[in-house]
Amino acid sequence: MDPISTIAAAAATLLAIILALYSSAQAHDTVFAVHMMIFAIAGGLTLFFLIRNCSFTTVKATGPQMYNDSIVRYGIIATLFWGIIGFAVGVLIASQLAFPALNFDLPWTNFGRLRPLHTSAVVFAFCGNALIATSFYVVQRTCRTPLAFGGLAWFVFWGYQLFIVLAATGYVLGSTQTKEYAEPEWHVDLWLTVVWVAYLIVFFFTLLRRREPHIYVANWFYLAFIVTVAMLHVVNGLAVPVSAFSSHSYAAFSGVQSALVQWWYGHNAVGFFLTAGFLGMMYYFVPKQANRPVYSYRLSIIHFWAVIFLYIWAGPHHLHYTALPDWAQNLGMVFSIMLWMPSWGGMINGLMTLSGAWDKLRTDPILRMMVASIAFYGMATFEGPLMSIKAVNSLSHYTDWTIGHVHSGALGWNALVSFGAIYFMVPKLWSRKELYSLKLVNWHFWTAMMGIVIYASSMWVSGIMQGLMWREYNSDGFLVYSFAETVVQMHPFYVLRAAGGLMFLIGGVIMIYNVWRTIRGEVKVDQPVSQIITVGA
Amino acid sequence: METYTAMRAFADSWGLLYMVLIFLGVCFFAFRPGSKKIYDEQARIPLNEEHPNND
Repeated sequence: MDPISTIAAAAATLLAIILALYSSAQAHDTVFAVHMMIFAIAGGLTLFFLIRNCSFTTVKATGPQMYNDSIVRYGIIATLFWGIIGFAVGVLIASQLAFPALNFDLPWTNFGRLRPLHTSAVVFAFCGNALIATSFYVVQRTCRTPLAFGGLAWFVFWGYQLFIVLAATGYVLGSTQTKEYAEPEWHVDLWLTVVWVAYLIVFFFTLLRRREPHIYVANWFYLAFIVTVAMLHVVNGLAVPVSAFSSHSYAAFSGVQSALVQWWYGHNAVGFFLTAGFLGMMYYFVPKQANRPVYSYRLSIIHFWAVIFLYIWAGPHHLHYTALPDWAQNLGMVFSIMLWMPSWGGMINGLMTLSGAWDKLRTDPILRMMVASIAFYGMATFEGPLMSIKAVNSLSHYTDWTIGHVHSGALGWNALVSFGAIYFMVPKLWSRKELYSLKLVNWHFWTAMMGIVIYASSMWVSGIMQGLMWREYNSDGFLVYSFAETVVQMHPFYVLRAAGGLMFLIGGVIMIYNVWRTIRGEVKVDQPVSQIITVGA
Repeated sequence: METYTAMRAFADSWGLLYMVLIFLGVCFFAFRPGSKKIYDEQARIPLNEEHPNND
């Protein structure tokens, strides 16, 4: 950065530190005091690095303009770091459900507080960092231009990590605005809004400065993800704080309006955060890894518009048989069912990209990971509309079937496609010829795959069992089972689910080991995967 | 008319028509004659790049 913008940034940071320290001293509650101290510490670190990296020489680098890749490298490490934390907390809370003693009788470690820690760690920290890193990687390459506003891009990266730390510490300390997937309180929400607008500015201006006439379809999906998440987050987060120095707030909406806004947000967090953004990933990394253009570019355009037009209406299916008007419930159901078409169109487009190159699946475990993720995208987007049908929903809602569905989408689609993209990018970003070991990628693939299958199938069985037990009447019209009786029956499935999650976590650890050795520049001499498979067959 | 009723009536008539027309427009645009060659080239964008200065 040049001296003038450094001085401006340092002055703004200093002001923010003073404000944070003052707010911390004035705080009405512990959470707010702690969060303001975290802000002040983050500001102090920012100030330190701003001053240390400031250069007062006026000579500008004259070499060729290079892509801003170091931010992508940081993003990959952050993705892996938060991924392992998120998976591990998931295994812990799955075990808590099977063995309640693991709650340790402490407020900070009980299921109620750790559950949002898990969901936010995997959705926002792991998937969010994967999306930010890959979007910066893809937009620079498909627009053939470096990121616009390099300094602001770093603010987006570190600002987002600060958001994660604030959200996580808030959950453990018991701070929540009780909206699912939007638990952080108003002051954390405001910070995320600032970071997200900066993200939009960086991405949008990079697109404007492109040296390629056409905007490649992956960028359309990334842009839709950024714009829509900004809209959803702002509307759902509308709240009036009790005081400027309190972490408590009251939501702007109440009753059924609040519920509808929450699920309009919640389902589009799935539709735009976990689907549109990851489709951007699919449309870039699958053609790259297969070394073939996408099957049909026309289909990708229609896929884009259909997903955008339909997803936004599907939210009410989370509120079947509630106080929400019937017409709104039906609207949500109908739009969910219509989503079958674009979802499967997109899946076919991704899978058929391999048309004529299916043999690569035998030899390339990275491509196999990507193809498996597309298959899971197809399965999860088939199951979702099915569960949104009112008759099915009356059985599935509030049971663990929903949990199984979410995980086949999140572990199968989001995580596997992110792993594939990371395996693709790491050797390129660290200038290594290849990964340390493809055999370890294969191991990662199969442990993760086994984990997902165990997880999803145990939740199917237990979820449907739970739903059937809840609705079982005897001849006198009384319910046959008490709630506690259904919980007892769930125990073996909860143990299985924790085992499945543990396998997925082990896969993640294998990946970190492999990436770490790759970054160190080592290559394991082992048999090529093709030979292993041929011998095995 | 009450605001809620008015907005609902607008949404499921003109609003719906507007959305459907835009969507159909997108589909017709994607399948317009002569677009195949353009799209085939655009689909190759990720495979053509590597360095920002390779114009």
